[in-house]
Amino acid sequence: MTLFIEQCLNGVQFGLLLFLLAAGLTLVFGIMDLVNLAHGSLYMLGAYFAATFAAWTGSFVLGAVLALGATLLVGMAIEIIAMRRLYGRDHLDHVLATFGLILFFDELVRLIWGPSGMSLPLPSWLNTSVRVLPGIDYSAYKLSIIIVSLAVVVFLYFLVMRTRIGMLIRAGASNREMVGALGVNIKLLFTLVFGLGAALAGLAGLMQAPILTVQIGMGENILILAFVITVIGGIGSIRGAFVAAILVGLIDTLGRAYFTDLLRLVFTKETAATAAPALSSMLIYLLMAIVLVIKPEGLFSASGK
Amino acid sequence: MRKALLAATAASLLAAAPAAAQQKTVKIGFISTFSGPVAAIGNDMRNSFELALDHMGRKMGGLPVEVIYEDDGFKPEVGKQKTEKLIESDKVDFITGYIWSNVLLASVKPALDSKTFLISANAGPHQLAGEGCSPFFFSTSWQNDQTPQAMGLYMNQKGVKTVFLIGPNYAAGKDMLAGVASTFKGKVIGQELTKWPDQLDFSAELAKAKDAKPDAIFVFYPGAAGAQFLNQYVQSGLKGQIPLYTAFTIDELTLPRQKDTALGVPGAQQWVNDLPNETNKKFVSDYRKKHPGLSPTFYGAQSYDSANLIASAVAATKGNLSDKAAVQKAMEKADFKSVRGNFKYGNNHFPIQNFYLQEAVKDQEGNYALKTVATIVENDQDRFHDKCPMK
Repeated sequence: MTLFIEQCLNGVQFGLLLFLLAAGLTLVFGIMDLVNLAHGSLYMLGAYFAATFAAWTGSFVLGAVLALGATLLVGMAIEIIAMRRLYGRDHLDHVLATFGLILFFDELVRLIWGPSGMSLPLPSWLNTSVRVLPGIDYSAYKLSIIIVSLAVVVFLYFLVMRTRIGMLIRAGASNREMVGALGVNIKLLFTLVFGLGAALAGLAGLMQAPILTVQIGMGENILILAFVITVIGGIGSIRGAFVAAILVGLIDTLGRAYFTDLLRLVFTKETAATAAPALSSMLIYLLMAIVLVIKPEGLFSASGK
Repeated sequence: MRKALLAATAASLLAAAPAAAQQKTVKIGFISTFSGPVAAIGNDMRNSFELALDHMGRKMGGLPVEVIYEDDGFKPEVGKQKTEKLIESDKVDFITGYIWSNVLLASVKPALDSKTFLISANAGPHQLAGEGCSPFFFSTSWQNDQTPQAMGLYMNQKGVKTVFLIGPNYAAGKDMLAGVASTFKGKVIGQELTKWPDQLDFSAELAKAKDAKPDAIFVFYPGAAGAQFLNQYVQSGLKGQIPLYTAFTIDELTLPRQKDTALGVPGAQQWVNDLPNETNKKFVSDYRKKHPGLSPTFYGAQSYDSANLIASAVAATKGNLSDKAAVQKAMEKADFKSVRGNFKYGNNHFPIQNFYLQEAVKDQEGNYALKTVATIVENDQDRFHDKCPMK
């Protein structure tokens, strides 16, 4: 039982991290109608900035805060320099251009930081385990990821549901043209939304960095999961992204934890051990396929058509 | 028509002429990973191979050498394409490199079918040591099972009774876990294979290991994944609770990122940078001189040996590389000075060699380095060699 609770915590932690990435993606896609493959590059930049700033300042927390600001600025700069040329164009153009951005940022990182990657060491107060429940010791750092992510969820909820900017964001997600027609400065709104998405991706990257080390192309694998979450949750819906991210996080972790044992009931030990990692990684895509069949708009559709 | 035929015959004769005469250059294809997260390994192998060429005056048996480097992109299918390209369009005499067992297994057929000598400078899947051994395949590294087998012996010495195994789900990962289980006298109470190479979060596996309460955990995570695994092992609170034993998880490339997490974690290795022989001292010090800030890894050491093995065969056959039987004989003698000291081949063209215990240490200036602690096993031969039909 304690093992099951620990695996659930792992799943929720992974899900919350994915939510940070998917929230930015779904906002940008929903409001700006822009497919941004380079979202993973912002995740990578967040991690590199944090590793650099933490080394400069000697403080993990200070490094993280500076990195967050830096990714926000980079995100806004990308929007102003590159993304503005892409609005209203075909999605295929978006894919092409933002794929180019991935290559650009990978090479830029290679030039600035070198090819061998970096590490972001944790301060000792985070690099231990704490007792969360009787009999369950859990990584203090993973616990702090859960807390920070939940705080971001609450912040996003207030921002989107309770503020004027949030109202515009929601309006933009359901009917972009009308928002523009009503005289809202849509340009500024887009820059802000893109910057916010970038900062969220950067936050996910810098929080993942001490667990996974910082390296070129680190955002590309995880970006696929973020897209899956966007599709499952419904494009443009923060609430959908949240539910889908937790679902995907839990399915991924619990699948890895228990699928081997489950397969052993049917297959030999050897076959089960070999097939389980491959099959359990398919579960998420299976979920996506089922959602697409039953609710093609996603679990929580924002456009309300 | 007749004129055209005559011209064609003349042309083909002309083309055939140089082949019959003495070879002009030695052409070597080198496949490794030069892009993506593990590019650092490929670069280290290339640096070491180039250093070996520098040391021999960029000539083998008096002939100039041409090396064509190709990037496998960490993918078996790309590795296979590049191997075919090197054989069919570049017509290389030797092909070497290969970090990954799954890439090597995908690439080995086109090379061996065309009777091109393939020298693996790292990967050592068991398939090529047993029934699948070939006169044209040589290894300057080890058979995958050997290093973890040595670790299994060391765990016996340490009195470990139960172990939990974790490794990646691909050819080498399965060999490594089978290897450690074959020499370990205690009980393997759990085994987890993870999706390779894209699974980087090991929280589910570590939680299961913790729950199984073994005396020890054995892992194999090469490249950047080794740093990631150690981070997560420490963060999960297992350090100090359940000791970790490793193979190919801590090396000179990952150590600068693993730092303190690597201290006190034992690993087995057939080569360590401080092995006290002259060839090795020269290799390590010249490498550090040529590439300031970097230290060679075992990947590099094996590539350095690979260059010297090829050179020994070219010299012994006086550059007549079309005589395949003579080249094979020359390579079997392994007539070169290896950075690991003694080097000789078994019947299946895998080395018979010592395995050492290595540990990471930190000096007063805060620099990290790997050093030899003890010899675990001497003159070890892989456990598949009797299945190889070559005698």
